[in-house]
Amino acid sequence: MSATRTAVGLGVRRGWTEFLLSLRSPQDQGFYLFVGGGTLLYLWFNRDEQLEGTGISLVAYSLPSVLAALLAFGVVVGPAFSLAMEREDGTLLRHKALPHGMQGYVTGQLVYHSLGLLPMLLVILVPSFLLFDGVMERGAEGWLTVAWVVALGLLATLPLGMVIGSLVPSTQKVTTWGMLPVIVVTAISGIFFPVQALWGWVQGLAQVFPTYWIGLGMRSAFLPDAAAAVELGDSWRTGTTVLVLAAWAVAGLLVTPRVLRRMARRQSGSQVAAARDAAAQWVR
Amino acid sequence: MPRPAPPSDDRVIEVRGLRMSYGSTEVLTGVDLTVSAGEVVCLLGPNGAGKTTTIEVLEGFRLPSAGHVRVLGADPARADDAWRARVGVVLQSWRDHARWTPRRLLEQLGGYYAPYATAERPRPYDVDWLLDVVGMTEFADRRIGTLSGGQRRRLDVAVGIIGRPELLFLDEPTAGFDPQARRDFHDLVHRLSDLEGTSILLTTHDLAEAERLADRILVLADGRIVADGSPDALTRQVAGTSEVRWACGRERFVHGTDDVVAFVRGLFEQHGDALTDLEVRHASLEDTYLAMVQRFEAGARSAPALEVTR
Repeated sequence: MSATRTAVGLGVRRGWTEFLLSLRSPQDQGFYLFVGGGTLLYLWFNRDEQLEGTGISLVAYSLPSVLAALLAFGVVVGPAFSLAMEREDGTLLRHKALPHGMQGYVTGQLVYHSLGLLPMLLVILVPSFLLFDGVMERGAEGWLTVAWVVALGLLATLPLGMVIGSLVPSTQKVTTWGMLPVIVVTAISGIFFPVQALWGWVQGLAQVFPTYWIGLGMRSAFLPDAAAAVELGDSWRTGTTVLVLAAWAVAGLLVTPRVLRRMARRQSGSQVAAARDAAAQWVR
Repeated sequence: MPRPAPPSDDRVIEVRGLRMSYGSTEVLTGVDLTVSAGEVVCLLGPNGAGKTTTIEVLEGFRLPSAGHVRVLGADPARADDAWRARVGVVLQSWRDHARWTPRRLLEQLGGYYAPYATAERPRPYDVDWLLDVVGMTEFADRRIGTLSGGQRRRLDVAVGIIGRPELLFLDEPTAGFDPQARRDFHDLVHRLSDLEGTSILLTTHDLAEAERLADRILVLADGRIVADGSPDALTRQVAGTSEVRWACGRERFVHGTDDVVAFVRGLFEQHGDALTDLEVRHASLEDTYLAMVQRFEAGARSAPALEVTR
């Protein structure tokens, strides 16, 4: 048992180290600035728009929605890419060769990608509060809601990223099998405009995935109660939000370890060597 | 920590009738091999002979199609984490952990072995000591992404042995090493074997390396072990032919013979003082190896496997 605890502790340290290294990397800093800047530009150009017939500014509606979309997108695509890449470059194999190494590796991934959300939230939230009015209507209670929505949202979506990363045949395929579906789901999830604008069956589809519910939860944290009138059923549906996200989280907890084990079983040195050769061809 | 019972004698690896096929292609057709505690065994063979497959089965990274495999008293495919802690694997990585430094990575990965430390075998190695042993002290705090290929391979070796393994697997460990790094690596292998009693199984294409490192050489060809013996024994018994060059006055001669001493005695009797130069060149391990592989690839597949010494 103590070896497992050691491994989980090392995994936490690993996630933290990766997070610090990522903060210091110009590439990742650029990514955060790009996403933050892009979001703010979008909000700035729409600062005078209002949702039709509601008196709610588009900024107030969009900001929590965009945060939700970035959460769901980042936490699915991020781990999918890292896992696919680290399967190919030998990181995973190194851990497979260690006692309890896979436990440490997975812990590290969870910690790293969860922490990675913080700078993302900061680069969007801090300038938004400086630039726009009426963004957070609920004060401390609202922040509490943000906290549980983020936590539950992470649990619901992180496993999806791990599963995609384990199943895709190669890193290049993450774009097809990971990013595209997530972009589609995000687009129909009421992020940039209320979901009622879409056909009925698309609304139904959107409500199957966690992205919609994270968005709804975030809006319920930032917007006043009157704004619930824009939502489906004229309600924040907090109970349903918790249920759907929890269902995804439980499904993830059940499925992910199996998928990861299956993937780890197939790892070998010759597979890593084959990936290296394939990458050399790809670059050439 | 309960340890698996030791095998009947001091064998750390025992393989009988190992077969591996992918679809209809048979890569391994019945490999038998043993490695005893503290032995350094070198697996030689042409590309595609199944060296890597064999090692991966022994490492527990690949399931064999058939055969009896015991490594440190356990079946590697089903072995637990305590077994894993006793085995070191040197992997050929290429771009992992690019943002980390060697020191940080070794500290992180070494930590996993700490729960498996025993009084007579403290684990893991001290990182500074290990960095020094593999000659990495000066780049210990550089980003791994900036290391050269050879420096990276040293790091791979360090990662493989950080847990003070009882048994170490090395698949072509010195590919891409410069001569100095290769010499350093050989010293390291001797050190692990002599001081730590580590049993080592390595593959290589470099016959001089095999000759220098190995207590015993196994030649894998056509999916099975075709020769098994000490480098000396292999060289003597298989090729057998030495080359004698001599000169009488201005004329130079070359002659191949199995019995060098008798031939040279004959030379002296025949030419006496007229002999102005004499050179005897024994067949090298490389000659032996090439002859052996050629024989097998030329279709002498029904020939019995060579048993040099056991």
